[in-house]
Amino acid sequence: MLGIEDPWVVSAYYLCIFSALFCLIWGIIKWNKDDPETEPGEEIRRWAEEENRVEEEL
Amino acid sequence: MSIWMIIIVVAYLGVIGYLGFRGFKSTKTATDYLLGGREAHPYVMAMSYGATFISTSAIIGFGGASAVFGMSLLWLPFLNIFLGIFIAFWLFGRRTRKMGLRLDAHTFPELLGRRFKSRFIQGAAGVIIFLFVPMYASAVLTGAAKYLAYQFSMNYNIALFVFSVIIALYVVMGGIKGVMYTDALQATIMLIGLSFLLYMTYHKLGGPTAAHQALTDMADQVPAKLQAAGHRGWTRMPQFGTPLWWTAVSTIIMGVGIGVLAQPQLAVRYMTVKSGKELNRAIPIGGVFILLTAGVAYIVGSLSNVFFQQTVGEISIAVAKGDVEQIIPMYLQAATPNWFSVLFMLTLMSAAMSTLSSQFHVMGTSIGRDLIEESLGRKSKNGGVLATRIGVLAGILVSVYLSYAIEIKFGKTGTAVVARGTAIFFGLCACAFLPMYVGALWSRGITKAGAIAGLIGGAASSLLWMLLIHEKASTALLLCNTFFGTRSLAIQTVEGKEVFLSSGPIIWAFVDPLLIGLPISILLTVLVSRFTKKITDEHLAHCGMMSE
Repeated sequence: MLGIEDPWVVSAYYLCIFSALFCLIWGIIKWNKDDPETEPGEEIRRWAEEENRVEEEL
Repeated sequence: MSIWMIIIVVAYLGVIGYLGFRGFKSTKTATDYLLGGREAHPYVMAMSYGATFISTSAIIGFGGASAVFGMSLLWLPFLNIFLGIFIAFWLFGRRTRKMGLRLDAHTFPELLGRRFKSRFIQGAAGVIIFLFVPMYASAVLTGAAKYLAYQFSMNYNIALFVFSVIIALYVVMGGIKGVMYTDALQATIMLIGLSFLLYMTYHKLGGPTAAHQALTDMADQVPAKLQAAGHRGWTRMPQFGTPLWWTAVSTIIMGVGIGVLAQPQLAVRYMTVKSGKELNRAIPIGGVFILLTAGVAYIVGSLSNVFFQQTVGEISIAVAKGDVEQIIPMYLQAATPNWFSVLFMLTLMSAAMSTLSSQFHVMGTSIGRDLIEESLGRKSKNGGVLATRIGVLAGILVSVYLSYAIEIKFGKTGTAVVARGTAIFFGLCACAFLPMYVGALWSRGITKAGAIAGLIGGAASSLLWMLLIHEKASTALLLCNTFFGTRSLAIQTVEGKEVFLSSGPIIWAFVDPLLIGLPISILLTVLVSRFTKKITDEHLAHCGMMSE
């Protein structure tokens, strides 16, 4: 198939394409879905501020 | 260098400089977006993810390795897409992000340390990462320097030196921050470039089926040495249980494929997104990006054999005179218009720079924050900063030295050093961190002692395997030879001839450290956890691990 005789290699070839397609379809379906429980913004803010401090030190 | 090449180089540097300048002036890193409370444009966001996924080593190193091993390596992009993107973002990403925010963790060791309430874990994980990352960084450096050396026909050592100086300047000037616009631009060029390269390669060789068939028909041209090692042609898996099979499957495919789940630099990336929604969005983009970059590099690498056979009458590795990492640059120069190969080189160079700076970033934080500040408790402000800087500097020097030494040892021997170096790093990360990381996210039963046992057991067993048993690594590292007078304990000399110890299809000297270290690490984590003190319910609740 496709000029490749070894079924193991053909499978890998197709699996690459199908898994990427799967990711694509999955992502399009879930594009706007968030987790049911989202954290309060404060937690993210605190994290980001500390992260910037770490970056500054570098 | 033609006038067109100069124009392209100048234009490219101009755009990168402009974007870097914009990034400098305003809020353009992922964290800045978080702090500013704004969303990055989805395309910029998506493409800057892309740049984190793929490095020069994937294109130059693994593309070159495919020219030698063949299309059997396509199992790796499949694992990268399925495990490295889908499972990583869907399962690991969401949980890591929630837990990381709850625990206010800023590095991977910090996440693990706080989850298991152990400063030792944070410090030890920091040290392990600091020691391992130079191996990966040197793989990226080697790939970039070889490309430069080829493109400008200069000596490898000079190219390595020039590139290292550029990297050092870049880091000193603050380039360690991942600026989203520059990353997005690189990823876009890489994506377009590689898609074009795939189209052109198939087009030149008469379409996918004809191209693959031509490669299949070349099976009789596999060099005798590779045939003896188990190579059966570029469109077939190596013979099961041969040295080549073990290298392709256990080191290159499994090492990277599984190791991708426990990458310290990626785990932190999950936290820089604003909501779980963005993790969902990264999945389609990442999946397609990996297919069109890594997947393409592997296919084109394999097919370069047909191209060179038809044009020069030799297979790729023969044209490259045994230098695996020169195959892709050589193919680009021979098969594509000049402007394209120059543009592509620039993209790969800047991709190497962003990958390297994220590696140096990880080295710096693992020493400065994880070891000095948090684990040893030296909070004094300047101490941490100084240690971080010294750490980064030492890391850069060691990486450059490794790139120099590796080239002397393996440069022209047909060994895919860049792919192997990357694979070993990924494998070591899996052995040390994967069981504990999985336990941290999903299991209430893994204890602090269990996590420590798995971390140390996994890291030590895989390191020992590398130093004493695994043929390529132990030969290069010389330690086995110094102490035992043989390049690997799994090789015996019988009547002046080397005999590889084996049990059935298992040839021990070719079994990757991952296959030894990971089971040991899993076993130790689970067993020790059964008999040691559980983590309190309060702490588990604090981590967001609700009781069922």
